[in-house]
Amino acid sequence: MKASTGNLAVRRRQRFDGWDVLIHLTVLVASLACLLPFIHVVSKSLSEDAYVIANKVFLWPVGFNLEAYHKILADDSILRSLYVSVIVTVLFTILGMVITICAAYPLSRKQLKGRTTLTIIFMFTMYFGGGIIPEYMLVNNLGLLDTIWSLILPSAFSAFNLLIMKTALSSSIPVSLEESARIDGAGHFRILWNIVIPLSKPIIATLSLFYAVGRWNTYQDALFYIKQQVDLRPLQLKLYYLVIQASESFQLEATQVQLSNPEVLKASCVVFATLPILCVYPFIQKYFVQGVMLGAVKE
Amino acid sequence: MKVESASNQRKISITGVKKAEAAKRGTAYFLRRDWQLYLLLMLPLSFVLAFKYAPMTGLVLAFKDYKIARGFWGSDWVGFEVFQEIFARHDFIRAVRNTLLLNGLDLVFSFTMPIVVALLLNEIKSVKFKRANQTLLYLPHFLSWIIIGAIAYQLLSLGNGAVNNLIEMMGGNRVPFLQKDAHWLVSYLAIGVWQSMGWGTIIYLASISSINPELYEAAIVDGAGRWRKVWNVTLPSIRVTIVTLLIMNLGKIMEGSFERVFALQNKATTEYTTTIPVLVYRWGIESGNFSSATALGLFQAVIGLVLVIMADRIAKRLGEDGLI
Repeated sequence: MKASTGNLAVRRRQRFDGWDVLIHLTVLVASLACLLPFIHVVSKSLSEDAYVIANKVFLWPVGFNLEAYHKILADDSILRSLYVSVIVTVLFTILGMVITICAAYPLSRKQLKGRTTLTIIFMFTMYFGGGIIPEYMLVNNLGLLDTIWSLILPSAFSAFNLLIMKTALSSSIPVSLEESARIDGAGHFRILWNIVIPLSKPIIATLSLFYAVGRWNTYQDALFYIKQQVDLRPLQLKLYYLVIQASESFQLEATQVQLSNPEVLKASCVVFATLPILCVYPFIQKYFVQGVMLGAVKE
Repeated sequence: MKVESASNQRKISITGVKKAEAAKRGTAYFLRRDWQLYLLLMLPLSFVLAFKYAPMTGLVLAFKDYKIARGFWGSDWVGFEVFQEIFARHDFIRAVRNTLLLNGLDLVFSFTMPIVVALLLNEIKSVKFKRANQTLLYLPHFLSWIIIGAIAYQLLSLGNGAVNNLIEMMGGNRVPFLQKDAHWLVSYLAIGVWQSMGWGTIIYLASISSINPELYEAAIVDGAGRWRKVWNVTLPSIRVTIVTLLIMNLGKIMEGSFERVFALQNKATTEYTTTIPVLVYRWGIESGNFSSATALGLFQAVIGLVLVIMADRIAKRLGEDGLI
């Protein structure tokens, strides 16, 4: 490895000059700007209240303790929000993928009569929609307000994901393979189940992650639709009320005589809400990069 | 010769017959042949009709004086009165201005930054160093705006934000990053740059990696230095990508990011935080003024659609693939 880069450097007649140092430094500073805020918040969440109040905590915990995390883990409402988020994300991802595959496979078959019209019906929704209020009224009329279904059903169809899936299917499944399956007497259901889905595992994984991470991070619809049933707030919305709006107090805090500084608790809430994404991030990153490339390649 | 022409004739007649048959075959034939495909389409189609097209009928609210007691269909038609009313409102003018302002400034900063970062990353030879930095730079893209907002308040708040603590330690005065209007605007933009500068590089890096290496070799032979290569080879090669993305973003200039503004706003800064979607939320869901809010949403959606179509036309005229 070293030898080859060395050769390359000689061939290009470029030594590691001042500009290189500057470029490396700039990139490093940018990366640190992405990393340090997390380290700060983590340090704060592990510090003792007194030091945080005195503004003494920067990138290392001062007066290390886990008290704030004990409180979070003892707080039912936060754990319930985590639970709601997990359930909603799982159901949403499964439903979204079923819908996407059911639409993408027929629309990727050239023999389908009415393909263009159907594709336009699906794709038009990418550029125009009813908007916030008509959607709100629909959810209201269907009686979905304050249920987890309001977070699952309305956004389960994604024109963008369908476009990616359709493009992937029309390019990755050879027509000859399908034809030979048909000659063997397989119907479309068999072809889809036994050939198309096994062959499209990578794209299915990528789109599932698009659905899952998108659902996990979105809070707009929860803010609109989950009003009375406080129990059903997903984690992001819970975090909004706890930390940003700070209108909601921690359950345990109210019952305890000694009020602790909420700053540490806020920080640990942020860490708690960030951890799930941070845990999966190293593994899902490459799928997302591939997904961006697929989305950029137009049919 | 004769045989050939005869067989040709037969071929023609056969295809002719086939074509005629196909023309005669109606919808019933295709339904019978591909019924499984149509059956599969039922599920997604019902979802799109129920949750994407059905709300569009709700847009008639924009042309009605909606009274909850009289219901959706019972309320009176008022034509464009609702629009006339909202166009005259001070909030409306400010929301349109803010939407254009925030998105316009985003185009200047958040759009250009990934290009710069991509060019810098491209100059780095060490694969390990590059990959480690990319992993860190991509990270903010995966976080929700709520988490980003919460971190922003931890770092930038006036009383106990870490950045302000640092400034004070070095002898400076505390800065109201998120508490004053002008400061808020700068913070909003900076946080946007922070969130997207890494992720936005992916497309540029991919298009840089497809540049023919001979072009660089030729440039070196001509005595080009580092910056000459960037200016005369790399940038012209990714120009198409830049222009396409720019047009796409111009088409979205009337869209507002509700989540980003909402997570970063607070009561102290109302001047720039009222964008169109935020106003729709306030009028409609908070105040229950459904007609005005629907009209405002429709106004934005129609302009957005026109802009996207225009962007697509321009892209096609410039010889790009087009966006739609």
